[in-house]
Amino acid sequence: MENKRQITYLEAIREAMQQMMRKDENIYLIGEDIAEYGGAFGVTAGMVDEFGKERIRNTPISEAALIGIASGSAMTGMRPIAEIMFSDFMTIAMDQIANQAAKARYMFGGKASVPMVIRTPGGGGTGAAGQHSQSLEALVAHIPGLKVVMPSCPYDAKGLLVSAINDDNPVIFIEHKLLYKNKRYVQYVPEEVYGISLGKGDIKRKGKNLTIAATSFMVQKSLEAAEEIKNEKGIDCEIIDIRTLRPLDLDIILTSLEKTGKLMCVEEAPVFGGFMGEVAAQVAEYGFDLLDSPILRVAGRNCPVPYSLVLENEMIPGVERIKEGIVDLFEKI
Amino acid sequence: MELKKQKNRTKRKFEINGYTIEDRFRGLDRETKIEMLRKMFQIRHFELQTEQFIIRGMIHGTCHLYIGEEASAVGTIYATKKDDYITSNHRGHGHCIAKGADLNLMMAELLGKSTGYCRGRGGSMHIADVGSGNLGANGIVGGSMGIATGAGLTARMKNNKKIVICFFGDGAANEGIFHESINMASVWQLPVIYLCENNIYGMSTPMQEAFNIKRISDRKISYGIDGLTIDGNNLVEVYNTVSHFQRECRRGRGPVLIEALTYRWKGHSKSDAQVYRSKEEVSEWMKRDPIKIYSGELIERKIITRKEIEDIENRARDDIKKAADFAKSSPFPDPETIEEDVYA
Ligand SMILES: Cc1ncc(C[n+]2csc(CCOP(=O)(O)OP(=O)(O)O)c2C)c(N)n1
Ligand SMILES: [Mg+2]
Repeated sequence: MENKRQITYLEAIREAMQQMMRKDENIYLIGEDIAEYGGAFGVTAGMVDEFGKERIRNTPISEAALIGIASGSAMTGMRPIAEIMFSDFMTIAMDQIANQAAKARYMFGGKASVPMVIRTPGGGGTGAAGQHSQSLEALVAHIPGLKVVMPSCPYDAKGLLVSAINDDNPVIFIEHKLLYKNKRYVQYVPEEVYGISLGKGDIKRKGKNLTIAATSFMVQKSLEAAEEIKNEKGIDCEIIDIRTLRPLDLDIILTSLEKTGKLMCVEEAPVFGGFMGEVAAQVAEYGFDLLDSPILRVAGRNCPVPYSLVLENEMIPGVERIKEGIVDLFEKI
Repeated sequence: MELKKQKNRTKRKFEINGYTIEDRFRGLDRETKIEMLRKMFQIRHFELQTEQFIIRGMIHGTCHLYIGEEASAVGTIYATKKDDYITSNHRGHGHCIAKGADLNLMMAELLGKSTGYCRGRGGSMHIADVGSGNLGANGIVGGSMGIATGAGLTARMKNNKKIVICFFGDGAANEGIFHESINMASVWQLPVIYLCENNIYGMSTPMQEAFNIKRISDRKISYGIDGLTIDGNNLVEVYNTVSHFQRECRRGRGPVLIEALTYRWKGHSKSDAQVYRSKEEVSEWMKRDPIKIYSGELIERKIITRKEIEDIENRARDDIKKAADFAKSSPFPDPETIEEDVYA
């Protein structure tokens, strides 16, 4: 294992795009400052050298049109991968995402398809404040007609992106800024192309006392919290990475609950109306008998993401808050 | 820069893009002329200090420096009235300082301190001081264009004789809200000056990749409004142009689109390797330093001496040092306050 190559989340995402683009010339990238500049976070750095500016297509600062154009080209034979520089800016393109791309197949009687991926980084922790740090996954996951994916590690990022590109429907692929280049989260990622099915969660840590369902960067935080709490209190957490918010893999959560009887949900977005509310509701509907204590959500505070580091740390759940949650839930027997 | 400009000293008028503009700058009192230079120096040194904070890792988020564009903010704001409104963008420190913001509170905000304008909640991209007419910087490109237009609607509905300056970049001119806002402002004849600071790049994207027109002000035709392109590095030209149009605007003659050509000396934001432009291009533009141009103008018009200019710069440097000290010695916000102002 050690001598296998370890790459970052960002490199895994780039590799998925490069390999898929080599196989299918209908795949192209569209977004702001993605060519020479390589995108705001450097995800597409160097790609213009291989694929040229026709296929690594810079746009003016026009999110609504760039998503509309990606959708229209997808409907007519291309397979675009659009980049929205910060997930917050999806709101500017929301008509094109929610009313156009998401609806085409169904409203046109199944006779249209929009094979498009929208890649966009979400989340905070970078001091970018209220308009560049949001976790808006619930907004898109609410809309029938959109698949929503949030990878938490390099291996998943590559496999899920390959599947998203191969999918014939619009997929919102939400990356996390703090995962991109962080060497701490490098991982072995196979060089060959592989897909990970959309709609399948993943057990990231096996455990028997308590189930944690988490998304994106919160999976990493939960893993850290789980190790510490195991050492400190002997509580053994099972961690489920939701991975695909829609379609949601409820079974993997219910199966885990059969063993643990306790569910804690961890997400970065403000708790009110967050995606984990849906997870909690479905578990209550379909798995109530499996629960031996109330479901607990650990999530962002109900405020915009503040700028100052001390406030931002208070807003976004960290390892300490997750550990407190675990103890709370465990002691509620 | 190929501005068609003929200066006619005796008539005290400029011809710019077919508009005849009076040299109102000339009639200003000496204090105001010097005050404008002081503001430009304050902006310059504020940004140099900010850059130092960035290098030393003291700024948690990102910052967009305004160095090289000082004439645009100062010339524009000094041509309007104290209680007029402004809206700004992500590159907003200059607009904010020109509008008279407290340097201490600005610097404290950059360092995320509780004494900052937004109590540490906004940072560089969100400084606002609504009470003084500064409706805020904005992290969303084009995001303030609707807000500015709304303030224009207030001015009209309340008939309060105020006007609005909407600062935005060339990049923002390609957001849909640019079109929707200016069109409505025109239809409703709102008193808004849309001041496009064209520094020829939106992040890494050069103008020619994002537009198929040479001048953004040419878009005036599609809205049925006045518009022109000026040298944004020449404070006197900015001042005179905005003076002219703010009168028109205040008289109810609707919005105007002014494109001020300028250049940012530094990278787009905190991290920018600047692969999209050449060192030569940057140094060419640095020769057209707005502060040097204005200082030269003041010396030529015998308003000030070189020695006095040095003193002004030194004082500005001190002002910034004090602001930096204030910011550094201020406390961080109390995490307990995080949900204050949350109403839903
Ligand atoms: C809606 C939106 N899209 C993209 C961005 C990212 N972004 C921030 S500043 C910027 C460039 C803006 O260019 P311009 O308006 O010309 O202003 P300048 O930075 O040149 O002063 C971009 C693309 C953003 N903040 N908001
Ligand atoms: Mg620009």
